[in-house]
Amino acid sequence: MPLLFDSLLGLGGIWLAWQALSSDNLFRAIVLFVAFGLMLALVWVRLAAPDIALAEAAIGAGVTGALLLAALARLDVVVHEEATNPEPSQPSWHRPGSGFVALLTAGLFIALVYTLYHLPVDTPGLRRDVIAQLDNSGVRHPVTAVLLNFRGYDTLLEILVLLLALLGVGSLGKCHRQAVTATGPVLDALSRLLAPVLVLVAAYLLWLGASAPGGAFQAGAVLAAGGILLLLSGWRLPARFARWPWRLLLALGPVLFLVLALITLWLEGKLLQYPPAQAGGWILLIEASASLSIGAILVALFMGGDAEPEHKDE
Amino acid sequence: MLTDYLALLLLISGGFFFLAGTVGLLRFPDVYTRLHALTKADNVGLGFVMAGLAIQSGSWLVAGKLFLIWLLVLLAGASVAHLIARRALQRGITPWQR
Repeated sequence: MPLLFDSLLGLGGIWLAWQALSSDNLFRAIVLFVAFGLMLALVWVRLAAPDIALAEAAIGAGVTGALLLAALARLDVVVHEEATNPEPSQPSWHRPGSGFVALLTAGLFIALVYTLYHLPVDTPGLRRDVIAQLDNSGVRHPVTAVLLNFRGYDTLLEILVLLLALLGVGSLGKCHRQAVTATGPVLDALSRLLAPVLVLVAAYLLWLGASAPGGAFQAGAVLAAGGILLLLSGWRLPARFARWPWRLLLALGPVLFLVLALITLWLEGKLLQYPPAQAGGWILLIEASASLSIGAILVALFMGGDAEPEHKDE
Repeated sequence: MLTDYLALLLLISGGFFFLAGTVGLLRFPDVYTRLHALTKADNVGLGFVMAGLAIQSGSWLVAGKLFLIWLLVLLAGASVAHLIARRALQRGITPWQR
């Protein structure tokens, strides 16, 4: 029975991915991509990795789906404004070089299957080492211990990459702003009701990260969902917060993480090696500021890179 | 033992409602009727599944959390159904009539 379920899950995921890639209609492709993300989250649950499942559902499916839809809406504006005649599209398998790509993909697939087949079935990996050192990590959940302590620089670089992506988007220049359509009482009431709940859930996920699946990225994604919901219902950042307070919020997590990394380098001689007695506090501080920044960065990405209010005279 | 059977009954009922909602989504003629089938049947189905899981969990804390999740899904589902229907009306899709 589990085998049947897993096979359906795996095949369903591959089918959804194929449908999303081969769809001519971009909106349809995005909806399929979101469905694929949710399917992938279920796959992670089946692989007993609830941390990744949470992150996949919140960031991979939720926030990325919203980003893609926002991009599509702007793409429509650009296409309408330029009103060019696109060249007739030919089926993707007729393009030059597709045979080579197909061959490469097939080779990669065979190599992957071969490698997987030869992996030992039940390997502990680094699990034993992680569990042995868990008491020194400052948290009680092994995944958080790895992400924020043992391999903290991975997480540091991930957050810096997010900030870098935002800078990249911002440097593309002003985006076409969508006029806010009247949203109606239901969306207003829903966003007003859900925004505090989402803040609460984010704080809960953040706090839970010390002992169970959860943490900064999940909490940040939930915060971002709240922000995007507010944006969609017509709320805008007040002008007096849009410049440096907003940029401070964007940079808070990455900068604090970097500063603490340098302090540990100076104190203990190694990057992100916290003193074991205070490790829990350091991790909480890093995760709390990282959640705020991740949430803000994702919202800023949704807005197209900048938070400055539109000027009437533009 | 009795609670196991009760939970099983609730879970199967939930599954039935989800199935009915999905059949409605696939078979109904327009966006409004599909929304109606999907939202209503799935909300009830989720309620049954949550009730079954709450009984199986054997803990009031977990049962309370499941109930809160159900309330949130009810709220979000109903609101999203309303928003989709509203947008469809604004775009001039006329409701299906026999």
